[in-house]
Amino acid sequence: MSHSSEHVGGTTKLFMMVWISLLAMTLIEVYLSYIHLAPGLMISILMALSLVKAGLIIAYFMHLKFEKKSLILTLIPMWLLVTCLFFIFFPDSFRLLEFRIP
Amino acid sequence: MWLFIISDALTFSGLLIAYSYLRVASDDWPLPFHFYPSIVVSSIMTFALLSSSLTMVFAVASAQKGRTSAAIGWLWATIACGMAFLLLHANEWLNLIHEGLRPFENPWGTPIFGATFFTITGLHMLHVTIGVVLLAVISIGHKSGRYTADHVEISGLYWHFVDLVWMFVFPLIYLMSVPLE
Repeated sequence: MSHSSEHVGGTTKLFMMVWISLLAMTLIEVYLSYIHLAPGLMISILMALSLVKAGLIIAYFMHLKFEKKSLILTLIPMWLLVTCLFFIFFPDSFRLLEFRIP
Repeated sequence: MWLFIISDALTFSGLLIAYSYLRVASDDWPLPFHFYPSIVVSSIMTFALLSSSLTMVFAVASAQKGRTSAAIGWLWATIACGMAFLLLHANEWLNLIHEGLRPFENPWGTPIFGATFFTITGLHMLHVTIGVVLLAVISIGHKSGRYTADHVEISGLYWHFVDLVWMFVFPLIYLMSVPLE
């Protein structure tokens, strides 16, 4: 897979910064769950933060930012598309309760 | 490895979306994760995994610069963090089972909660376990010269992916289930 040993992107300082920001975002997430937001707002903020964290991990720790662009274009849109397809039947869950036999 | 990671990412996406679906479609979803011990312990677990990712980055960097002994040291630090995660998580499971959580019944609400919890966190735990074994094998092999820096880098990709999955499991399973007091 990865062939060259010479592509070294990022310094120790950069990785420490990424690590600290990941920890900070985790702390914000934990804090948010204790200020009792509405569930819809809460899940949106949590998922947005998690996506940012995932992005940081993929870009810096997993080195994707320093790889060929075609690799990114192969992987990410594919994941996004299939995940969107998963959501096609999701709205059903909102009315499932009304269909239940009492 | 990237192809495996992306397909595994879809497995976890599917599971987490199925979990969300079931949760939205139930009216008494259990909220069993109190601040202490569940949220405190799972936050420490998150910290352990994030730190293990950082040590893994250092392991890969050292291996690529040819500093084998430093790379092995960082690899074992990563393994230690992974083990800490596993032990804390196993303890968490035992506590919940002790409180009466079973795959298809629990004392709090919707019975299927146990199945979703055990499937998602169990699959993630399996990934961490495989990662710990993989890193141990790579570290021993790297010492003897059997595995090169590329092997370390590729196992690092897998390890970071396991960390990444937890970034979604933690808020969805734990933080969304904090009881309103």
